[in-house]
Amino acid sequence: MGAQALFALLLVLAGGLLYANLVRSLRALGLTLQFEFLSHPAGFGIAEGPAYQPGDSYARAFWVGVVNTVRVAAWGIVGATVLGTVVGVARLSSNRLVARLAVLYVESVRNVPLLLQLLFWYTAVFLNLPPVREARAWLGAIYFTQRGVYLPALRWTQAGPALEVPQLVGFNFQGGIRLSPEFAALLLGLTVYTGAFIAEVVRGAVQSVPRGQWEAAQALGLTYGQTLRKVILPQALRIIVPPLISQYLNLTKNSSLAIAVGYPDLFNVGHTILNQTGQSVPVFVLIMASYLAMSLFVSALLNLYNRRIRLVER
Amino acid sequence: MATVPVAAGPPQLSTRDRWAQWARSLVVPWYNALLTACCLAVLLPGGWAVGVWAVRWARWDVVGANLRLFAVGTYPPAQAWRPLVALVLSVALAAFTGWALRRRQRRALWVAVALWLAWPAAVLGLVAPVRTSLWGGLLVTVLLSAGGIVLSFPLGVLLALGRRSRLGLVRVVCTAYIELVRGVPLVSVLFMAQLLLPLFVPGMRPDKLLRALVGITAFTAAYIAENVRGGLQGVPLGQYEAAYALGLSPAQALALVVLPQALRAVLPSIAGQFISLLKDTSLVAIMGILDLLGVARSVLAHPRWLGRQAEVYLFVGAVYWLLTYSLSRASRRLERPELHGRVE
Repeated sequence: MGAQALFALLLVLAGGLLYANLVRSLRALGLTLQFEFLSHPAGFGIAEGPAYQPGDSYARAFWVGVVNTVRVAAWGIVGATVLGTVVGVARLSSNRLVARLAVLYVESVRNVPLLLQLLFWYTAVFLNLPPVREARAWLGAIYFTQRGVYLPALRWTQAGPALEVPQLVGFNFQGGIRLSPEFAALLLGLTVYTGAFIAEVVRGAVQSVPRGQWEAAQALGLTYGQTLRKVILPQALRIIVPPLISQYLNLTKNSSLAIAVGYPDLFNVGHTILNQTGQSVPVFVLIMASYLAMSLFVSALLNLYNRRIRLVER
Repeated sequence: MATVPVAAGPPQLSTRDRWAQWARSLVVPWYNALLTACCLAVLLPGGWAVGVWAVRWARWDVVGANLRLFAVGTYPPAQAWRPLVALVLSVALAAFTGWALRRRQRRALWVAVALWLAWPAAVLGLVAPVRTSLWGGLLVTVLLSAGGIVLSFPLGVLLALGRRSRLGLVRVVCTAYIELVRGVPLVSVLFMAQLLLPLFVPGMRPDKLLRALVGITAFTAAYIAENVRGGLQGVPLGQYEAAYALGLSPAQALALVVLPQALRAVLPSIAGQFISLLKDTSLVAIMGILDLLGVARSVLAHPRWLGRQAEVYLFVGAVYWLLTYSLSRASRRLERPELHGRVE
């Protein structure tokens, strides 16, 4: 008990000292520890995201940032999962060329900083794409241009679903979906980087299913695809989920590197708010709380799923 | 996690047979031939285009002209021996540690550990006489990551012990710290260190690089704590009981019996942490610190080197790759079972 009291005392003393210092420094700067500045008009523009005017409040601006983070993280998770699964299985392919290529991808991507990859994709690739008028169509409907990537969109019309293909009208494309270069670079960077880690997770999980399972399935006359689908993957999934959760969380946290390519995610917008108002402490509390909330949400969701597939197994 | 029994390997093949097998796998069965064709259809034109670009269009002179910047930043050439001596000493120390580990020299190993703990101070003493604003390039990258791992290690061990403490308050505080830090991105911790640290210590104006190091240390400690916790959990309960039965106090049992086993078990994951830290230190470039990536960005901002992004980033990426890949190859040796027996 004595040790605990001593620890508490030290904690209170250190915390009190830091807090007093903080308040004193903030007062010297003419700042307080309050959040009411959030209702003031932000006055800066945000290039993409949900509806927002520079006249809107800081709180609204921050919300736009949160939505943008969720948007890029969600698509990134989808992309990285698909890419990682394909590459992870490719590493185990009996085709040695395919397996070698997968190793090459994983080893070269994992060992280079993500920030560097993002800067490469953004400045060396996406900003160097041809101007809009010279853009070439890929598969007839996808355009890579300096102003971003234009994709066909699936729209619901009265006659049912229809594919809306972007069309060059005058100086710009109309219709379809436009991904800004910032979003596209960030999404590609996050997908490629996290995909390499997920590939390793998938490979490890597939390899951890005992060989006997493969042999037993083959002895039963299942094809390779059937074995994978019905025997190996259900067992591997249980092993995959926990490390996969942490990869998803890493991707979400890594999306904060958006600030380096100018995508207005929550960290970038928060940083702008901080620069304008000088309210460093409240803004950091907001930023940290947002990431923590997202982390807790994602891990809660996946833990739920994890519990479910575990129940199915027993 | 279940471990897979190691199946007996296939019989040893001659080199020629292995190549034949390699080639056969490209075309048999039929879908492998299809896969090979698809790969080649993408690979050949893509590889050709990249090759043509690298040889004909890329202007690599930007790399050669700025090699010094990439290595040490604007560190004065007359003082360049300082980081060089530090580098030689570090390599010697690493070699010594490797030797001690391989030969299982217990006393030499303790000397090595002590030297590693003194290492940041020694290196700092060597390079510090030059203003930190002149430091840059690989020097800063290596200093930040090595300094970060050495400083965060003791902190991480303390946090891990705290998280398993019997004292409720200690446990809550340590757990809260670990989970909080692991839940937020490194950039936010680094920005906090840059902006908030001066507010917490009024009167002092900590150096920009020092603030970055504080942020990196605070961040890495939480991850190391989790690694160490895993190691602590791996030590069987019987070890504690045996230590107590021998009359050791709880502190002695921890220091002499439990921690040595736990730390040896987590050595590979600490090495992994160091490797990811080496990559993560690149984030200080966002803060305007001229580490390897920061130097790359400032070179690209120079009007003379406009539009050389691909060349510069590919070069810097290759440097990072070489560092981390060789380190991860080296760290795989730490997982060799013979290192986990008794070190005598």
